[in-house]
Amino acid sequence: MSTALLAWGLTLAQLFLAIAIVCAGVRVLVGPRAQDRVLGVDTVYTNTLLLILTFGIRHGTALYFEAALIMAMCGFVATAALSKFLMRGEVIE
Amino acid sequence: MNSIPDLPPWAAITVAVLVLIGSGFTLIGAIGLLRLDSFYQRVHAPTIGSSFGVAFISLATVVCFSALRGTLALGAVLVFLFLTLTMPAGLVLLARAALFRDRAEGSQDVPPVDVTAGVELD
Repeated sequence: MSTALLAWGLTLAQLFLAIAIVCAGVRVLVGPRAQDRVLGVDTVYTNTLLLILTFGIRHGTALYFEAALIMAMCGFVATAALSKFLMRGEVIE
Repeated sequence: MNSIPDLPPWAAITVAVLVLIGSGFTLIGAIGLLRLDSFYQRVHAPTIGSSFGVAFISLATVVCFSALRGTLALGAVLVFLFLTLTMPAGLVLLARAALFRDRAEGSQDVPPVDVTAGVELD
């Protein structure tokens, strides 16, 4: 009974996260400016990371942590580099 | 569906509730990102929503694997710590870049550069 509750909770949570990714993806497509698109990409990154963590709970393996950590690092580096690009016009001066 | 871990009831209910709260916060943040009007309003929504989402879902992961292994499994705390440190920093960088671009275009909606002109700062 509690396992079924956990299964339904995880399914609903994954549905929420998928809708969140779609919302952020629409913001990436719509814009209207470059900073909105960068913000949307950052949100897509974070929400995908959360989706991977819920997959880790569902499958009962800890292998998903490393993927989530790497995604967190790549997302931060991407946001920082794109902000630098928006401000200066180039990433490495 | 049949690979759901076989948790004790208290752990299963706790994990389900925590995951639902975290994904709900994340969804609210993403809807805010979609619906709010200006960039400076939009930058708030996913920051707060995703931070709370990461906190609750990491906590759910810690509870799940601690109950599975019978010992404290703190692997997901790393994700929480790293994201809590980097997400505000990255979005502040992005907001500064957006402010710089708006000022460079001479937009009237953002405060001018010399807003503290004549103010004595200690």
